[in-house]
Amino acid sequence: MFESLPLLSVLIWLPILGGAAVLAVDRLGLGDVRWWALGISVLTFLLSVPLWMGFDTTTADMQFVERVPWIQALGAYYHLGIDGISMPMILLTTFMTVLVVVAGWVVIQYRPAQYFAAFLFLEGITIGVFAALDVILFYVFWEALLIPMFIIIGIWGGPNRVYATIKFFLYTFLGSVFMLVAFIYMYIQAGSTEVADFHGLPLDMTEQMLIFLALLLAFAVKVPMWPVHTWLPDAHVEAPTGGSVILAAILLKLGAYGFLRFSMPIAPDASAELAWLIAVLSLIAIAYIGFVALAQSDMKKLIAYSSIAHMGFATLGFFIGFLIYVSTGDVQGAAFGIQGGIVQMISHGFISGALFLCVGVLYDRMHSRNIADYGGVINTMPKFAALMVFFAMANAGLPGTSGFVGEFMVILASFKANFWVAAIAGLTLILGAAYTLWLVKRVIFGEVANDNVAKLQEANPRELWVLGIVAAPVLILGVWPAPLIEVIAPSVENLVEQMMTSKL
Amino acid sequence: MMEALQDHPVWMAMPAWMVLSSLVAGLLILVLGEPYQRTRVVINLGAAVLKLVLVGFMLWGVGQGHDFEFRLPLLPGIDLYLHADSLSMLLATLSAILWLITTVYAIGYLEQSPNRCRFFGFFSLCVAATMGVSVAGNLFTFFLFYELLTLTTWPLVVHRGVSVALRAGKRYLAYTLGGGGIFLFGIIALYALMGDQVFTPGGFVDPDLPPALLIGIFLLLLVGVGVKAAMVPLHGWLPQAMVAPAPVSALLHAVAVVKAGAFGIVRLVYDVYGLDLVATLGMNHVLAIAAAITIVWGSLRALQASDIKQRLAFSTVSQVSYIALGVGIGSPMATIGGLVHLVHQGLMKITLFFCAGNLAETHGIKRVDQVDGMGRTMPWTMAAFTLAALGMIGVPPIAGFVSKWYLGLGGVENGQYWVLGVLVASTLLNAAYFLPVLRRAWFPRADAPDRGPGIHEAPLSLLIPTVATATFALGAGILAGMPFSPLQWAQFIGEQIYGVAP
Repeated sequence: MFESLPLLSVLIWLPILGGAAVLAVDRLGLGDVRWWALGISVLTFLLSVPLWMGFDTTTADMQFVERVPWIQALGAYYHLGIDGISMPMILLTTFMTVLVVVAGWVVIQYRPAQYFAAFLFLEGITIGVFAALDVILFYVFWEALLIPMFIIIGIWGGPNRVYATIKFFLYTFLGSVFMLVAFIYMYIQAGSTEVADFHGLPLDMTEQMLIFLALLLAFAVKVPMWPVHTWLPDAHVEAPTGGSVILAAILLKLGAYGFLRFSMPIAPDASAELAWLIAVLSLIAIAYIGFVALAQSDMKKLIAYSSIAHMGFATLGFFIGFLIYVSTGDVQGAAFGIQGGIVQMISHGFISGALFLCVGVLYDRMHSRNIADYGGVINTMPKFAALMVFFAMANAGLPGTSGFVGEFMVILASFKANFWVAAIAGLTLILGAAYTLWLVKRVIFGEVANDNVAKLQEANPRELWVLGIVAAPVLILGVWPAPLIEVIAPSVENLVEQMMTSKL
Repeated sequence: MMEALQDHPVWMAMPAWMVLSSLVAGLLILVLGEPYQRTRVVINLGAAVLKLVLVGFMLWGVGQGHDFEFRLPLLPGIDLYLHADSLSMLLATLSAILWLITTVYAIGYLEQSPNRCRFFGFFSLCVAATMGVSVAGNLFTFFLFYELLTLTTWPLVVHRGVSVALRAGKRYLAYTLGGGGIFLFGIIALYALMGDQVFTPGGFVDPDLPPALLIGIFLLLLVGVGVKAAMVPLHGWLPQAMVAPAPVSALLHAVAVVKAGAFGIVRLVYDVYGLDLVATLGMNHVLAIAAAITIVWGSLRALQASDIKQRLAFSTVSQVSYIALGVGIGSPMATIGGLVHLVHQGLMKITLFFCAGNLAETHGIKRVDQVDGMGRTMPWTMAAFTLAALGMIGVPPIAGFVSKWYLGLGGVENGQYWVLGVLVASTLLNAAYFLPVLRRAWFPRADAPDRGPGIHEAPLSLLIPTVATATFALGAGILAGMPFSPLQWAQFIGEQIYGVAP
């Protein structure tokens, strides 16, 4: 049934056109826009499931490929396809978007049509980024992403939203400019805009170094890596709940994805040469930012810093692969680290998204993100408290949750490269538990702190369902990660092979 | 027919069924909801009986040399691996028997108290985790269940929800999660060096690796399991965790959690590093000395404690290290003494905690100086208490004597005469903190408050479990020579470790 359907195109354009439809429905007064938005997001999610069901886990080749000429003058193609690395990301996107729509159900009173439309646009564009196999197409989607996110934070954000949006925009846009330069250079060399041709492009060390650094600027801002992370806490604090969820769950993954899709295969020698740099930056993110998180008094900032630390694990996992290969020649070990990084990305998508949803539930009642304003929430909202504690535990990397699997794999891989790298990374096992559990302790446990907490209403069924639904993948991936790894494995093996093949 | 049975996948996956029987029961109870008390009790007792039956089959099967194993690939090159060997069955059988008894006790103890659904749900999950620890076949699996045990016991520690319980819970989590983190780091180091290895008698660690590295990893792992085994100075959580309801203290803090730690030490020495490598690295002395210090220190603290449960908790700190001592001495006799104490201490200590629960529940007695004359008021409870306390001291023919006898023999066998000194000191201290309780109970001072005539025993649902475990403690000592007694089983394990009958 789905063979004839250009599934990826549908997944990209259905939400985008759907978003336009939501705007039109609102203008023409054709009904409740929320139901339209929910219907479109659910339909998109259901249509993304065949990507998983029909996915061939025996090959690293691109699947569900669509390729038609697009810009003749440049030789650019409208070329889409997915492999084991991008497919889970697309499912993550479609899954989280549904939840974000439900989470905004009654909360968004100001211009709801535009709000939901923005998220649908965002969904389609994000899927476009993950599916694009032509660099021009990729770049168009990549930059287009900024617009809905800019709008979401700028219109539905907090008091300081203008500052946050400008900062967010400038950081990411400046980074992307260097990526564009690198793309143009490679286009001139290769005479093609195909990602695959870029992979095969022979480049000497200097070229590789320059390209790697240019791409690094673009991707490091998005991940974000220390020291270009400072836009993220601001953006999170000002963004509405849905914006924070999508930002943490999906947009941060784009940078990490960029490393896997572009930096590592295009510039393998430079990647190997500079792997230590990324490893060091990742370790700083893991350890230093962990301490920064410990010092936060704002719940959203704390989770934002925790996100930076957790994404540090993903980048560490990717580049530890090079270090392992260089120092021991262990191909399996290298693949293990990269797989761990990818698992970490997916897991962090669910967990950080869920934590922001939790903060949203509290914020909607108390209109405060300040940890000191809370305390003893468990007494008034026991069911919600149980779920929030669960996600906090998952964030701390507790066994049985997806958070554990990624961290375990990355630390194990780091050990094969270098004891001290592993030791510092292992520090987060303690540090992550410290800042997350301390947050939970101050907000959830203890005696009822004040009258406002005493008056809190238990989360309603809608909120509980949203959180409960995110809990499922966190638990399933934690208990049985094998199916996910099976999907990732062939593509990672292929990537490792590309990494090991010197272009010099 | 037996041949066919032996290879049948359902039969071979027995360890998984064993874990699942309490895991599923726990989850069912958690989602069941508070009002359905009868259904809850049926599920709980049904699962406990089912587990006992499964354990019985397995005990027979392991004795016959059947290979029970279950493997599920989790990560590339890392499996969830369950495997039942004779050592597994020691902990599994103990937990299965005591789970049934404690459940009966807990149903009586928590009658009419709120949140029973949550209590019994997590209680069953704890047992599932303990079962998992016992049948874990590699370090990764061991770690998963070990951490699950931490998480599922925490709601039980803070069950009452009062601030002292929350404080205890915080300390409990800080110790156990901290220890878990260190443990995980050690495990990751071993996985990076050795890959996914199953527990092998004689160890699987490559002895040619740099000794400093091996010692470092050993210490990380030892700290990880030492926290739950409450070895000094990692014991700080245990006395505080006594704020939990009595059945929790009885089963979990006297048996499941600390035994999971002690069991981890046994696994670490015999099946991960192997006795020879541990001795080459000199780590057996570290272990033995740490155990000896813990034994004496725990007893001294017990002497000072005036709260009955506190005293019992420090006694646990002290007694559990007998197991580590036996492992550390490293001679066959001492090993048997240590292993058998895993069971013996469990039987005696659970009796003592049941008694403490009976005293608190029936007469509100919590401190040692309140037990004056209780022998007359609660004869059965105090008789059980007396029997278990004497067993702890090491009076023959109660179970504790057997353990001490073998430990002493083991020390002599290896020429480590200082072990006798530790045993004597510990025995004296045990006597010093238990005998005053017994004297007050049976021979009250003249100025003690008069409790009036007549017997006011605890309800039968509390009394029967108490008497049952006391009888087991006595039986394990008297019938130590019978097949399938704890001692015989420990000798069976010892034969497998050392390859010869000691």
